Amino acid sequence: MAEADVLDTYRRVETPEGVELGIRVAGPIPRAMAWLVDLLIRIVIYVVASIALAFLGAAGGGMFLLLLFLGEWFYPVLFEVLRRGATPGKEAFGLVVLHDDGTPVGWSASIVRNLLLFADFMPFMYGFGLLSMLFSGSFKRFGDIAGGTVVAYRERETRKRKLPEVPPLAPNMPLSTEEQMALIAYAERFDSWTPARAAELSDLLRGLTGASGEEGSKRALGMAAWLLGNR
Amino acid sequence: MSRGHFEKQNTRSWNAFKRALFDVDRRKRVGDAAEFLSLYRRVCQNLALARTRHYGADLEAQLNRLALRGHQHLYARRMGVWSRIVHFVGAGFPQDVRRNHAYLWASLILFGLPFVGFIVAIQLQPDLAYSVLPPEALRGMEQMYDPAQAGKTMGASVDERAYMFGFYVYNNVSIAFRTFAAGIACGVGSLYFAAYNGVVLGAVSGHLTQIGYGETFWPFVIGHGSFELTALVLATQAGLKIGWSLVAPGQRTRGRALLEETKDSMGIVYGFTAFLVIAAFLEAFWSPWPFIPPAVKYAVGSALWAGVISYLAFAGRGQ
Repeated sequence: MAEADVLDTYRRVETPEGVELGIRVAGPIPRAMAWLVDLLIRIVIYVVASIALAFLGAAGGGMFLLLLFLGEWFYPVLFEVLRRGATPGKEAFGLVVLHDDGTPVGWSASIVRNLLLFADFMPFMYGFGLLSMLFSGSFKRFGDIAGGTVVAYRERETRKRKLPEVPPLAPNMPLSTEEQMALIAYAERFDSWTPARAAELSDLLRGLTGASGEEGSKRALGMAAWLLGNR
Repeated sequence: MSRGHFEKQNTRSWNAFKRALFDVDRRKRVGDAAEFLSLYRRVCQNLALARTRHYGADLEAQLNRLALRGHQHLYARRMGVWSRIVHFVGAGFPQDVRRNHAYLWASLILFGLPFVGFIVAIQLQPDLAYSVLPPEALRGMEQMYDPAQAGKTMGASVDERAYMFGFYVYNNVSIAFRTFAAGIACGVGSLYFAAYNGVVLGAVSGHLTQIGYGETFWPFVIGHGSFELTALVLATQAGLKIGWSLVAPGQRTRGRALLEETKDSMGIVYGFTAFLVIAAFLEAFWSPWPFIPPAVKYAVGSALWAGVISYLAFAGRGQ
């Protein structure tokens, strides 16, 4: 996985077919929240099981300890491998565990990353894990480095944005590819801003649009439409 | 190049590959592996050319079929889960242990030296046990192995044995997993756990022997000890291996070295986990069995030790 040149959580993965795929890695906060949800779920399971197994006497106690063993070490493994990379907690926060190459996590990598959870937990409350995440570049705790895994946001279906309808307008100067893409991105995200914020942003382009405020914003949108081929 | 010319030029190698595939399919073995590979690569290259030169869908499909058949033979995962497990138990696990013998000896010394050292030292200087473990802990141990109480505490009901099985799995496997995982601190964590286990187990064994409870203690532990102590040594071995990858990664980045060495040590991890489950079973259902004379327990225990050691030393050699 290529190191990021800019401060971003977007990582590119190359497939054997020569295509690059992008994944968005997840940081410590959502992962901690997911961990908390999983902890609560485990506690509920333990309480329910201990009540049910209490009827079986000492043998039930033995079964409870076996359950405790499986729960503490293999709860994440079972869910990550059998439920497409996510424990219920991760699922709730839209997270998913992947191999470095973007494929779903398998048994061996998942076992490694969860055995080493103990080392990441040291010296207390995931201190080493947090340090490792902050220094690794892709928010990898030690278990992720050793297992070759990464925790990313699950790709969600995004609705296709409708572009604002404005008459196309030819820019009065040649634009580089990046400048063209910036204009198109401006049009795509126009919907999500208040008109004042949209105008504020397009004011940065006064040199290009020759206008400010709502008029400048409208001209920027027009140029985007022109670049997209609505001529 | 025209399509006709292209076909004329390559038909011979395609036919040769077809014959090779036919051989593999029918006789389940490759005549000349190097030739098979070179023919396969050639077909792949021809396929790519046919695509970019637009020689037509039928030729492309024909070459694609050939390449796909070759691909499926080359990259198939031949072994199913069961044969992989059989191979792992029969050869893979002991081979992994032997391949990493430097870590094995280091871990054996780390654990064995304090273990044997404390047993011997306590015979000479009995008070030493109290400098390692609190008096309450030692008293608890004394009660468990008091020859006067033998048969009452140890040969408990089946229910209680089932409880102890669960407890031993939970406790011992967790200890071993922690010993392994702590190795990531450049090996220091595994080193600490190995020496700590050696000191505590040595102190308890030495103390019980010194006060004359050896006749109940040693027959009890000798059986499951074979799997249990070996598993602890193997956990340290695997932990030292991942730790050393960070100390001396060689021509790799430390992240890469950690990834590769961890992957390589997982065989040992699966192996010692299995050992500990066997040990828990023995400790819960065999070791506390009352009415079995110590001589029998010694004999079975020695046989288990010999079995474990010769398994790790010899299984899968020459494969």
